[in-house]
Amino acid sequence: MNVQVSYFAAFREAAGVATERIDTASVTAAALFDECAGRHPALQRYSASLVAINDEMSPWDTALAEGDEVLFFPPVAGG
Amino acid sequence: MNDFRVVADAIDCAAFRDSIVDRGCGGYVQFEGWVRDHNEGREVLRLEYEVYEPLAVKEGRRIIGEAIERFGVRGARALHRCGLLELTDVAVVVGVASPHRGEAFAACRYIIDEIKHRLPIWKKEHYADGEAHWVRCDRCAAPGHMHSR
Repeated sequence: MNVQVSYFAAFREAAGVATERIDTASVTAAALFDECAGRHPALQRYSASLVAINDEMSPWDTALAEGDEVLFFPPVAGG
Repeated sequence: MNDFRVVADAIDCAAFRDSIVDRGCGGYVQFEGWVRDHNEGREVLRLEYEVYEPLAVKEGRRIIGEAIERFGVRGARALHRCGLLELTDVAVVVGVASPHRGEAFAACRYIIDEIKHRLPIWKKEHYADGEAHWVRCDRCAAPGHMHSR
């Protein structure tokens, strides 16, 4: 299936891209992050702390669907 | 009146307060988060906030709603800056009005704590020695460090 992946803050700098489309066989968001870390080795030293799918915060074991927009968030630091 | 927004321009704290004034309230608590000149032993020159606005606004409004429901306050608002901030700039402001002060203090504390933990906002510190780091991320990116999923 085809999904859109977006990286933020430290993840974007590590990946070298903000957004990319990926044809993936990954079943869950967690597996997709591992796959992306394989494509962008600088991401391998991180483990994402939050993921949103289609603009909703989502559990890591969420099953992916065709056309999903997956957002990988490093640890947040507002305020 | 009850609202959360992300703003690109300097926050006017007096105007912010005026937007919450309510003749049914006897207590008002306002928290301002400022840009500080040091962190963990390093001299900080400025900060950069990156915000994923669609989700930050959605989740921020949820937090405001939770505070109103949980503490029974009448008015609650918060603003968070994005972009480049200089020392002493206001990065975040939270205002809570209530008939009595106790609920206003509690709700204000709840809102700022939840903002820090739940909103997709990232802070990059620029140091006097020329380096810049993402707070809470670069520090824990050492080999072997894993965030819980």
